[in-house]
Amino acid sequence: MSDSVNTIVDDPFAAAMAEDDVRGRSLWMDAWHRLLKNRAAVISGIIMFVMLLVVLFGPMLSPWEGDFTDWDNTSSPPSLETGHWFGTDAVGRDILVRTLEGGRVSLMVGLVATLVSLVIGVTYGAIAGYYGGFTDRFMMRVVDIIYALPFMFFVILLMVVFGRHIVLIFVAIGAVNWLDMARIVRGQTLGLKNTEYVEAARACGVEHRDIIRRHIIPNLLGVVMVYVTLTIPQVILVESFLSFLGLGVQEPMSSWGALVNDGAQDMESAPWTLIFPAAFLTVTLYCFNYIGDGMRDALDPKDHF
Amino acid sequence: MALLDVRGLTVTFDTPEGELCAVDRLDFSMETGETLAIVGESGAGKSQLMMAIMGLLAENGSASGSAIFKGRDLMAMPPRELNRVRGAEIAMIFQDPMTSLNPYLTIEKQMTEVVQHHQGLRREQARAHAVEMLRAVRIPDPEERIRQYPHEYSGGMRQRVMIAMGLLCAPDLLIADEPSTALDVTVQAQITQLIGELGEKSNMSMILITHDLAAVAEIASRVIVMYAGEVVETGSVDDIFYRPGHPYTQGLLASVPRMDSSVDDALHAIPGNPPNLQELPDGCRFRDRCTRAVDACRNRPPVQRLEDGRSSRCVRDIDTGELLDLPTLAEPEPERTASPEPEAVE
Amino acid sequence: MRQEGIIHHATSRLLGLIPTLLVLITIAFFMIRVAPGGPFDGEKVLPPEIRANLDAKYHLDEPLMQQYFRYLGQIITLDFGPSFQYKDWTVNELIAQGFPVSLTVGGLAMVLAFFVGTAIGIAAALRQNTAADYSIMGIAMLGISIPNFVVAPLLILVLAVYAGWLPAGGWDWSIQRMVLPVITLALPAIAYIARLTRGSMIEVLHSNYIRTARAKGLPGHLVIRRHALKPALLPVISFMGPATAGLITGSVVIERIYSIPGLGSYFVQGALNRDYTLVMGVVIFYGVIIILLNFIVDILYSWMNPRIRFDEVM
Repeated sequence: MSDSVNTIVDDPFAAAMAEDDVRGRSLWMDAWHRLLKNRAAVISGIIMFVMLLVVLFGPMLSPWEGDFTDWDNTSSPPSLETGHWFGTDAVGRDILVRTLEGGRVSLMVGLVATLVSLVIGVTYGAIAGYYGGFTDRFMMRVVDIIYALPFMFFVILLMVVFGRHIVLIFVAIGAVNWLDMARIVRGQTLGLKNTEYVEAARACGVEHRDIIRRHIIPNLLGVVMVYVTLTIPQVILVESFLSFLGLGVQEPMSSWGALVNDGAQDMESAPWTLIFPAAFLTVTLYCFNYIGDGMRDALDPKDHF
Repeated sequence: MALLDVRGLTVTFDTPEGELCAVDRLDFSMETGETLAIVGESGAGKSQLMMAIMGLLAENGSASGSAIFKGRDLMAMPPRELNRVRGAEIAMIFQDPMTSLNPYLTIEKQMTEVVQHHQGLRREQARAHAVEMLRAVRIPDPEERIRQYPHEYSGGMRQRVMIAMGLLCAPDLLIADEPSTALDVTVQAQITQLIGELGEKSNMSMILITHDLAAVAEIASRVIVMYAGEVVETGSVDDIFYRPGHPYTQGLLASVPRMDSSVDDALHAIPGNPPNLQELPDGCRFRDRCTRAVDACRNRPPVQRLEDGRSSRCVRDIDTGELLDLPTLAEPEPERTASPEPEAVE
Repeated sequence: MRQEGIIHHATSRLLGLIPTLLVLITIAFFMIRVAPGGPFDGEKVLPPEIRANLDAKYHLDEPLMQQYFRYLGQIITLDFGPSFQYKDWTVNELIAQGFPVSLTVGGLAMVLAFFVGTAIGIAAALRQNTAADYSIMGIAMLGISIPNFVVAPLLILVLAVYAGWLPAGGWDWSIQRMVLPVITLALPAIAYIARLTRGSMIEVLHSNYIRTARAKGLPGHLVIRRHALKPALLPVISFMGPATAGLITGSVVIERIYSIPGLGSYFVQGALNRDYTLVMGVVIFYGVIIILLNFIVDILYSWMNPRIRFDEVM
């Protein structure tokens, strides 16, 4: 059957194919590229970045202080002449500066409370998932029970009971939001625990603690990142709920929720006091949601053509 | 007139990595009463070929060409008309019985709806007909079992249900896409046998898509061999098994371990890997794995068609294996035109 | 055979609810008791004897654990005790007053959310990746992102103040006064459900059994109605449990903004006034509702999903 007299063609194609096999693409690179293709997520990311800069540095550039009361210009609409680009509220405070400073608080609460949520949730979920068996069932039962409770009411209770200290806000919101994170992390850990490389590590005698540290946690990063991005807007929302009810941050600090509350009261006469903080809040939540969605799709694409 | 005549069928997919051509200007035809086997590796395009004809391509897929079935071009039919053909004149069964049945509906509902829709039967008649069909595919106690849900059936039984469902309207053509691949080995043989019997009994035409050469040998009458989206060889079952002409077919057959070979003989395999459809070589797609490729293979090999129905896409003669003396060996690769918009599938 | 499975399932789930209830009651109880300041530390400073009498009357002078068990005993007989701030009322009465209002608003919002949300989600799924799909989902995302205390004033401004079509708030059981609160409350839920339905429907439409249904020559609308709808809606049914919790949470703000005398308002007032029994009562009451609803959803889900229905029996 063979015809060795004829030469087999010297084929650049085959050479290229061999090279291809060696060059790989890491999981993160893949995910990053997918994320970058998601226009909504990218635009949201840019907006958030700009928002962050504006909120951090904007108040420094403004001639007005957040608590300065400009008695000549109370409840004045936005105008360039008065220098109050977003207008003023009933006591003459510049809305632009107030909004930006409120943004600092809202974003800070968002990040810190999410961090609290993260730490509690990941630890809890990883332990439950890794040890499995009775520990897991028990821990998850606890989560189920807490999940069923009207948590918002408990947060309100906490704020009423212990006062409106900002640290308490972080803790209260974070302590209430860790459930989803715990569930997700536990699911991931369960899956990871049964992978072959963890089995291999066990077979080599690696300690539980080290396995968690070296194999489980790095692989949780992806999922955790997604949920962090999705938790931040939730947390900001909870904080603004509280502020709206008068149970959030104390004066003179203000957050977007509190500003919206104030603005809602003067809504008919001075709508700009409501609109600007509301717009900033909404845009922030909107963008975070898109980024979170984008990250989720990037790290775990379902082939929706 | 041929039952099914496919000309110039091209199927492309729009993927994030670019356009992928799964089936390239493919021609074939089949007669009434034949059992045609389409053979090839995974990714050769066998399933996509049939999906395109049936109008079941995924959203990012599009197809061009013609598929004349009983005088009408399936590819040009409006969706409503195509729906009347599907299920009633052409039935298709799929590879994975575990997921091909709706877990939320009873077997009865899923079967009776076919005859109720296509033939307007009333519920009792439809039910009786379905029970008979289940009996024909040897489901035990069909009167009772028809009221059950798919998860109460085993894999092999579910595939039988799929077959029964396909036969309800006595279609002219049954397309079976790797019907036994997902099943246990012992069950595979049963299903293959069942399909073969049913085909014989009713003189129904069948297309069997498979990479299981044993099944082909058992029930097929004609064979089409596909590689990387093209047909490389066709012939009767005897021709393909006893006188394979194309190097790929020869490689396939040589890869099957034989009962009469010695334990010490090395297993034969076709060298190389299945091709990446987005980086196909010029000319003959098999040439970088072919032990008998020559310079001339850089151009798309012509198709030799013989009187007895055999054909082969190769520069070597189908019978002798000698290089053909073809003046058109310098024929360049024809331009690939963009495929038209896919038909809207309801 | 089917009935047995469901009853068995339901009973075991019901028993599982009891520990949840206990935890709920206990946490609420101890939290509010731990709070600095009691119900009688109001503006007026009471003379010590009256204070002692009041404390004794409401058993506030007993050791904490004793108060706890006394309270548990009361709860079992469904007696939430007297309100501390509304002196002539018992908590039961207050709940009986406020709940029907909240129920109406919340119930209507839930119905609206389910039907509108699923309709939007299915419409988007069927037009996947078209401009219509992106715009629908963009608006849905907005629904999730705009807090209801932002939407409400805007709606009031536009529809009530400027256009004058609807009243700005208050409650008199008339349809007009129900429109704005119900819509505002339902909006985030509609958005969530729309997104969920869309994702679920898309996934179902890609499944093999839908391919089979198409291969059988069934027309598109039949494929969707008969084969795709139920599997696609199952996750949405599951979501109705947490959705209810969300609606209850949202109602606190809605009732505030629209001046609706519902249970949420009572709760906030009670919290601010340290009305222990009222707060406890509302928390437990809502908690029970959420738990019950999760239970009903759970049963509904198992009934709709044949695999679960039968697994219990086997």
